[in-house]
Parts: sequence; C-alpha cells; structure tokens
Amino acid sequence: MIQDFADWLVYGLFGLSAETPLGVAVNFFFYDTIKILILLFFISALMGIINAYFPIERLRNYLVTHKMYGLQYVLASIFGAITPFCSCSSIPLFIGFVKGGIPLGVTFAFLITSPLVNEVAVAMFLGSFGLKVTLIYVISGILLGVIGGFVLGRMHLSSYLSDWVKQIQASSSAQAGEWEKDHTTFIKRLPVIVRDAWKIVSGVLIYILIGIGIGALMHGFVPEGFFEQYMSKDNWLAIPLSVILAVPMYANAAGIVPVIEVFVAKGIPMGTAIAFMMAVVGLSLPEATLLKKVMTWRLIAIFFGTVAFFIILSGYLFNFVL
Amino acid sequence: MEIKVLGPGCAKCKTTYNVIEKVIKENNLDVKLTKVDDIMEMVSYNIMMTPAVVVDEVVKMKGQVPTESDVKKLLGIG
Repeated sequence: MIQDFADWLVYGLFGLSAETPLGVAVNFFFYDTIKILILLFFISALMGIINAYFPIERLRNYLVTHKMYGLQYVLASIFGAITPFCSCSSIPLFIGFVKGGIPLGVTFAFLITSPLVNEVAVAMFLGSFGLKVTLIYVISGILLGVIGGFVLGRMHLSSYLSDWVKQIQASSSAQAGEWEKDHTTFIKRLPVIVRDAWKIVSGVLIYILIGIGIGALMHGFVPEGFFEQYMSKDNWLAIPLSVILAVPMYANAAGIVPVIEVFVAKGIPMGTAIAFMMAVVGLSLPEATLLKKVMTWRLIAIFFGTVAFFIILSGYLFNFVL
Repeated sequence: MEIKVLGPGCAKCKTTYNVIEKVIKENNLDVKLTKVDDIMEMVSYNIMMTPAVVVDEVVKMKGQVPTESDVKKLLGIG
C-alpha cells in the first residue's frame, strides 16, 4: 500500500523514471520515511501504554523485596528494553538502584539493555529489516544485558564506584520506597500517551530524514555488492573493527538504521551490521562522560570493554546463523 | 510557591524549564523557579526518571515534559 503510494507519487506525479538512479533514490526515500514514521508512532504508543502500568519504581521495589536466584538479571534487562531511554536519566536510575541495595550486576543489566533496545531502534529495525531480524535484535539485546550484567556482577566492582556513591551503597536499605499507586483510567491516560508518542516521532524526525536521505542516495547510486569485497563474512577482522569504530560515533538509531539497511543490501553481512548498530547506540562517549559522575574511569572502561566484547561475539554468532 | 526542575541538563529538562517559565511569566505569578542539576540534590528527592518537577518540596511529575496546561494545573490556575 505504502509502496503503491510512493510509486504513484514519484513515478506518476513527479514523473521520474523507475529506471534511473534518481527515481529509485527518491522512491526509496518516500517509501521508507512514511513506513517508518507510522511504525514509530504505533510502537512508541505501545511502549507508553506498557510504561504507564509498569513504572520503573515498581521494578525497583520488586527487585528489592524479592529473592530471585538469577532471574533478577532477566527482569532488569527486560525492563531496560521497555523503558524509554534518555541518556540523562541513566544517572538517577543508577543511583536509585544502588540506594535500594540492588546488586551492581543487576543494575548493569538494566543499563546495558536500556539504550540498546528502545522504541526508536525497534521501529527502525522493523521498517528496514522485517520482523525476523527485529526479533533477533531485541532478544539478543536483552540477552546481552543479562549476560553482561551477570559477568560484571561477578567482578566485584563496587570499589571502583565514585566515593559518594559508595557511601550511598553502604547506607542502602532494602526497604521499598513508597510508590504511589496511580488509579487513572486507561481512557484518561490515552491522550497523554498519544501525545508523548507524537513527541518521540517529532523529536527524531530530522534524524530519520537525514538517515533515509543518505540511505536513499546510496541505494540509488552505489552498485549492488559494492561492500562485499571489503567486508565479507570471511573477513574475521570486520566485526571487531566495526565495533571499535562505532563507540566514538554518537548517532541515534533513527539516523543510523536506514544507512545500515543499504549497507546490508549492498553486501555487508547482517551480523557485522547488527554488531555495528549495537555498538553505536549502546556504547557512546557522551554516556561515558555522564557515567563519570558515579563511576571511576576504570569502571567505565571495564563496563564498555565487557559490553563491546559481547557485542563482537554476537556479531560472529549472527553471521554464522543468519 | 517554589518550583524546582530536576535534571542533569538534557534537552527534555531544558524544555520543561522553559515551559514552566513561560507559564509563570504569562500569568504574572509569584513563583520562585530554579533549575537543579546537582545529582546529589536530585537523589535526595528519590526520583529515578528525569526531568522531574518539584512543587514546594513535593515531587509532582517525573520522566516527562509537561505541557502548558499540565503546568497550569500544578500551579492551581488551570
């Protein structure tokens, strides 16, 4: 349906030819933009609904008051996936967890998944790569948080926290903070949820347009299989290299996925592309500087190193499986 | 009345501050509005999501940017 509209608009109304690179590029641009905006709006609204019923305070109280024999990593990671991520919220969240006496590893599980799996990334993946790849991305993002958090939890890293955080940790109490129950009905909440979803869409719109614009140009003008010669599956160095390249790159999922989509279409293996994506959105230097307020550089390095290591591993795994 | 906007200085926190400032100015209200970007102070309010809006030391909103009508409600004029 959207494709029909894009065809009508570009080949009919604009009179561009489907045979020319320009026609292909413009068509790709309109088709992808419309599809992704619709998806993003609905997924944001869905996440908003889930969030209205499972606020983060509820997770914290649950983790503080229940013993779960390892399941807490899974829960924290899943919650990280459904909470809308804002890099500036990561510090208060971190402190909130530490204050409640929640183990550092569980906190890390949340911190790893939260930027990795978010409404924007899911919508972009769904629009660009389809359901199967999106599910793989989401599930591996959650697993990455679970495993990464567990491994980091085993390393006894408390001594590398900032001094004032250590004090908070020492005086942490396992009592659940008060969590005022909100009895607003669903119908009353809906306008706010829709409004917030719209805000998310309009907030990333410009990045989506830029990303799809670059993607469209490459789609029209770069020949098929162009990248294959540089980044084939047999090139074992490709994954670690693209992950390391990705860390200093700070882009949000909205801008980067349309470009990755074209990379894949032109011959880059899926696993390499996903690993690159994960490193771009999951590990960023601005986040590291924010974390400096609660951690020593050494702990940030260990944190990033561990996550990068597991992203590289999953890249190999995807290339092997997909 | 005293309002504090808690947030480490991200875009959402700035928007929140601006929305509240606008409502106060437009309605000529006698409200003391401050920005809190010190994490220690933020933590003392027990919030986990920013931006948060604190009215007379009570956390009224967290994790979202209020609209002008939300702010008017908080100020008791909406």
